Amino acid sequence: MQLSDDRTATPSRDVKAYVLRLYVAGQTPKSVLAFRNLKQICEDHLQGRYEIEIIDLLENPQLARGDQILAVPTLVRRLPEPIKKIIGDLSNTERVLVGLDLQERRAGTA
Amino acid sequence: MSQCRQMSDSPQVRHIETSTSDGAGVPPDLVRVGELAKTLTGIQGLDEITRGGLPKGRPTLVCGGPGSGKTLLALTFLVNGATQFDEPGVLMTFEENAEEIASDVASLGFDLPELIKANKLAVDYVRVERSEIEETGEYDLEGLFVRLDYAIQSVGARRVVLDTIESLFAGLKDDAILRSELRRLFRWLKDKGVTAVITGERGDGPLTKQGLEEYVSDAVILLDHRVHDQVSTRRLRVVKYRGSHHGTNEYPFLIDASGISVLPVSSMALAHDAPLNRISAGIPRLDTMLGDKGYYRGSTVLVSGGAGTGKTSLAAHFLDAACRRGERCLCFLFEESPQQLLRNMRSIGIDLEPWVTAGLLQFHADRPSRYGLETHLATMHQVVADFHPTAVVLDPVTNLMTVGTFSDVQAMLTRLIDHLKTENITAVLTSLTPGLTNVERTENSISSLMDTWIVLANDDVGGHHRRGLYVLKSRGMRHSNELREFVLTDQGLDIFDGNGAHHAVV
Repeated sequence: MQLSDDRTATPSRDVKAYVLRLYVAGQTPKSVLAFRNLKQICEDHLQGRYEIEIIDLLENPQLARGDQILAVPTLVRRLPEPIKKIIGDLSNTERVLVGLDLQERRAGTA
Repeated sequence: MSQCRQMSDSPQVRHIETSTSDGAGVPPDLVRVGELAKTLTGIQGLDEITRGGLPKGRPTLVCGGPGSGKTLLALTFLVNGATQFDEPGVLMTFEENAEEIASDVASLGFDLPELIKANKLAVDYVRVERSEIEETGEYDLEGLFVRLDYAIQSVGARRVVLDTIESLFAGLKDDAILRSELRRLFRWLKDKGVTAVITGERGDGPLTKQGLEEYVSDAVILLDHRVHDQVSTRRLRVVKYRGSHHGTNEYPFLIDASGISVLPVSSMALAHDAPLNRISAGIPRLDTMLGDKGYYRGSTVLVSGGAGTGKTSLAAHFLDAACRRGERCLCFLFEESPQQLLRNMRSIGIDLEPWVTAGLLQFHADRPSRYGLETHLATMHQVVADFHPTAVVLDPVTNLMTVGTFSDVQAMLTRLIDHLKTENITAVLTSLTPGLTNVERTENSISSLMDTWIVLANDDVGGHHRRGLYVLKSRGMRHSNELREFVLTDQGLDIFDGNGAHHAVV
């Protein structure tokens, strides 16, 4: 699976409640996996309400500092605030949902 | 996507490719067999202990407890690199942000913001807060590598400091990933060819809490801050230095207004010059007793005797004579204040004041109990280095015994004398002996270090108080063995002729 060459993947045109940034360093198996997992989770839980920006630190190393990126992949939830960080390949969906504050919401509506 | 990077998932995976966007990696540091390339730290004393500095292009671990000075040592290494050796540096800090660090070291005259502006220093503050991070699945610390690489490239860094990377263990949960990444990081630093200092927190068993010494195998420096009898002493030890000779002792070091300085090590070999020229002891008849010519330049003279036997007067004559020759003299006082000494000496006709005014003579008075022996030693070294004297007096050296054991004092004096000899400085040390009979016992611990030993003694014979002196030893010269009587006049110390009233052959 390839990361989209497009830096952003926006499935919907509405105002995005969730602005997510995925920091990667090159096209590694982990970053590919993380993107795939993220995409899946977003489609399942945030359809039409999210925006994913992928930042490749090999191309934009100066961006690592601003969001205090250390580990890759790192998913940063920039909106809604507060900023949240989830590191790893996002393979544990439960943890990602908790990290994005989506777990409770889902539990509440379900 | 520029290129595919392979991540090492296991600690054993060899480091693959470190080059980034430019595609060309820095060639690995070529180490010549037999001679390790080194990088000067510019820290006084440390470069001597390590015989030329830290291993060039390799990481060095500096570990120590809180407040042991490891951050300061690391920063000094960076700042000196940028200001003295034209080697820009990168500081990656995990504990304090750039502003905090800058204000910490501003008092030492380090202007970090200026260095950053001049593009000689890059500071990146890495903040990891465990509570803000959710971990799920595999990750690596490539982000850290990218930041470090970016910082290195931005200033063309030759030196890197990571302070204190162990903080990562508090910030991230997965120790296994962290350890394999640290291993990779240290390899990466080597491949980059930067000379790195990695600070680590001292642990109970291993050198560092997280066993960093396992990864940094080239050089390990241990800093220690001890308080003994309410006297604090800082010490530095080179625990390991692969492929290089190094001093293995513990060396005292100082942190003062001018930064960090490790005591210039007493020369590791006995290789002092032995100058043949002689200088006057300041008393013509004493010169006569010393083979007609006085002390050897660069030698060490012990003047011992009981209270009130005239030790300080003898030393004052020496200072006076040296100043008359236009030499710079330093006088360490451990008992009297300079004013007391000046007044007392004036009463016997020795006026040292003009020499003080002329800048030839400097006093340095300190209570022995003010700090530990090591600090005394370090301070004396510092003062000697600043003043460049050719003659030094310590009065009385026995007062130092109150802050240490005989063996400690002996060790300290050995180092000091060693240093003075290396610098070809003539030294007169006075020593107070408690009574008349055990003259030689007290000084046994230091006498072997002395080239010349003059003993002063009072004597009461038939209700008559008399002063006497003799040369107990004086290496490398024919000297008098007579006990000579002397008097303290208002013209100074006057030694009677050999056939004087109180004439005895020892």
